[in-house]
Amino acid sequence: MPDLAIFGFGPGGWGLALLEGAAMTLLVSACGLLVGAAIGGLVAWARLSGRRLAGAVGEAYAALFRGLPELLIVYFVYFGTSTLLTETAALIGHEGFIGVPAFAAGALAVGVISGAYQAEVYRAAFLAIARGELEAAVSVGMNRALMARRIILPQVLRFALPGLGNLWQVALKDSSLISVTGLTELMRVSQVGAGSTHRPFAFYLGGAVLYLVMTVITTRIFDVAEARATRGMRRAAA
Amino acid sequence: MASKFTRALSLGAALAAGLALAPQAFAKDWKAVVIGMEGAYDPWNLTDSSGKIVGFEPDLVMDLCKRAGLQCTIIAQDWDGMIPGIKAGKFDVIMDGMAITEDRQKEIDFTKPYAASPGSFLAPKDSPLAKATGAGTVINLEKGTPAGDAAIKSVQAALKGKTLGVQVSTTHANFAGKYLKDIATVKEYKTPDDRDQDLKSGRLDAVLEDLPTNMATAAKPDGAGLAIVGPEFIGGIFGPGEAMGLRKSDADLTAKFDKALAAAIADGTVKKLSEQWFKADLTPQPGS
Amino acid sequence: MDLDFISRSFVRLMSALPLTLAVWFLSVVLGALIAAGVTWLRVSGVKPFELFARAYVLVFRGTPLLIQLFIVYYGLASLPAVRASFVWPVLRDAFNCAVLSLALCTAAYQAEIFRGALLAVPPGQVEAARACGMSGLLLFRRAIFPIAMRHALPPYSTEMISMVKATALVSLVTLWDVMSVALKIRNDTLVTYLPLILAGAIYFVVNYAIGAGFLALERRLTPHLRSRPA
Repeated sequence: MPDLAIFGFGPGGWGLALLEGAAMTLLVSACGLLVGAAIGGLVAWARLSGRRLAGAVGEAYAALFRGLPELLIVYFVYFGTSTLLTETAALIGHEGFIGVPAFAAGALAVGVISGAYQAEVYRAAFLAIARGELEAAVSVGMNRALMARRIILPQVLRFALPGLGNLWQVALKDSSLISVTGLTELMRVSQVGAGSTHRPFAFYLGGAVLYLVMTVITTRIFDVAEARATRGMRRAAA
Repeated sequence: MASKFTRALSLGAALAAGLALAPQAFAKDWKAVVIGMEGAYDPWNLTDSSGKIVGFEPDLVMDLCKRAGLQCTIIAQDWDGMIPGIKAGKFDVIMDGMAITEDRQKEIDFTKPYAASPGSFLAPKDSPLAKATGAGTVINLEKGTPAGDAAIKSVQAALKGKTLGVQVSTTHANFAGKYLKDIATVKEYKTPDDRDQDLKSGRLDAVLEDLPTNMATAAKPDGAGLAIVGPEFIGGIFGPGEAMGLRKSDADLTAKFDKALAAAIADGTVKKLSEQWFKADLTPQPGS
Repeated sequence: MDLDFISRSFVRLMSALPLTLAVWFLSVVLGALIAAGVTWLRVSGVKPFELFARAYVLVFRGTPLLIQLFIVYYGLASLPAVRASFVWPVLRDAFNCAVLSLALCTAAYQAEIFRGALLAVPPGQVEAARACGMSGLLLFRRAIFPIAMRHALPPYSTEMISMVKATALVSLVTLWDVMSVALKIRNDTLVTYLPLILAGAIYFVVNYAIGAGFLALERRLTPHLRSRPA
């Protein structure tokens, strides 16, 4: 067994760098999930709106981003966002670089992918709300905003939790692809460490262990959240 | 109290005025410069365990920046994103063992070269390349000399049916593409580390790379069975040497660095750093 | 719009498609075999086997495929013990490493699909079959498999499509798949979007075809689940 000193925390040890990478992974995945929530909510709303054009656009978005490789989307977003912003700014006369840092591009890429799947989760969650409750809300005189706040959102969140827990795990793993953009998340740090110390097996295995630990801990958190959110609900499966 | 409309209008006017004045604010009064390096190209530039980029180029650029009176910071950038990165404005200078080539000169400008390192083969000590014509000598591909042709032919024979590793978008990849296309299997790697790893595990029969980088790889403990073999090539498809890359619109910055570089070459700083990091003096000779 | 450039790039990308499809097909098939084994361990009733199967699924679904791929391709090759062993001639080749790694990953997901499908078989059917005297392979072939298979089809289709998308990762271990070629075109010509858009179109069409194929299969095999014509 090679000496574990390279994972240590002193000078020459990569332990701190790996933990920082893991923290970055958690951060970029969380931001990606939030971006995905916004996009997913929008797409779900479009598909549920009943308007044909909105529905078609929503479906097209979901179909597109579920049919393209995640790596391709990461490259596209990474190459595209800076260029897009800089060129758009140039149109209004602004000189110089509009930087989209690798973090933002990475979170956006994860979010764009996650959004396509989250839309489906939210749509199913909305359709699971009892029709009677919505009718009752309307008959009592609630306006749409109040209805959304009191009836729709709490229940959508509750029904969506299992699906979201799943998608969080997916986002965590997709974030490893952001390594190709150079962002120093866990995969990237493992790669740099492996190259620098010429110990690929140790570093990639170490990185995998850290990913597994993150997955297990955060899954547990989601399970606890799900149990609390569905207190008192009657459900078909445990 | 100004109405909502008036406020919006004045805000818009202020914004427009700010944007109109912005170009003036960016008139290039170079004080701070951002340099892009891989940080994974030992001994040109490498990342130590604290995350700092060290090597020949960081040392050289800090010296040049001091001479030119500039505040320089180094950031890490993957090799295949170098030219798009500088064009997008992520950094102002590329300094990553990048050789001057015609194709690259279409996209960016270069300073004068600060090093002229030959391309060399790294392979197991008993590789057939060791017996190739011109082994151990530096062959200039600038003019089609008989010595050059003979060397290339014997390299082709030595690598027939074998696997050669190069990094993507390098002059080495160009050489392999031009001379070894249907002769050897050429594998391209995003980073030199990945490629060298495959050489050590036996997936590759040889690697084509800059001489100093190959020497650094062979000098490491796990490079024990490897050696620089075969002929070394300079010029021609490999270009006149490695230089700093800048945007075409920044000719004044290029001139600043050229001036500083000329001074650094003249007083022997480049030679000293070259010998320290490359164990050889790779300063480009005038007129080369 | 340089049509000549577009068509040349498209031809180059298409010439890499067979490699992509080969990696996909072989890893899916190998993965199915491994998954069958893992599922068998899971439902075996033997505690250590069950724990191993659960651990297998946890590890391969809980870590990114990219790092698994790098462990198999770069990690194993760096171990002298591996290089000296009989598996080295196999692992030396990047293609084999890619197929193996992707297969190990998809096996975890497929194992979960198989498990869910088995759980969906009504126990009453199995009891009735046993009461008729069926057991072992006959029981599986006649009573369990047909029902389980039909329940597995929709998630299996999703997994097949995921695997096509996963093959794009082999571009990071020196294989010349569609993704690699697209990036090479970009590196050589500095045209950023077109090669990626063309590659995306190719992947999309392949995934659409797979999805449509599975849908047709589902329609044929489960006419009783289709909605009645109005």
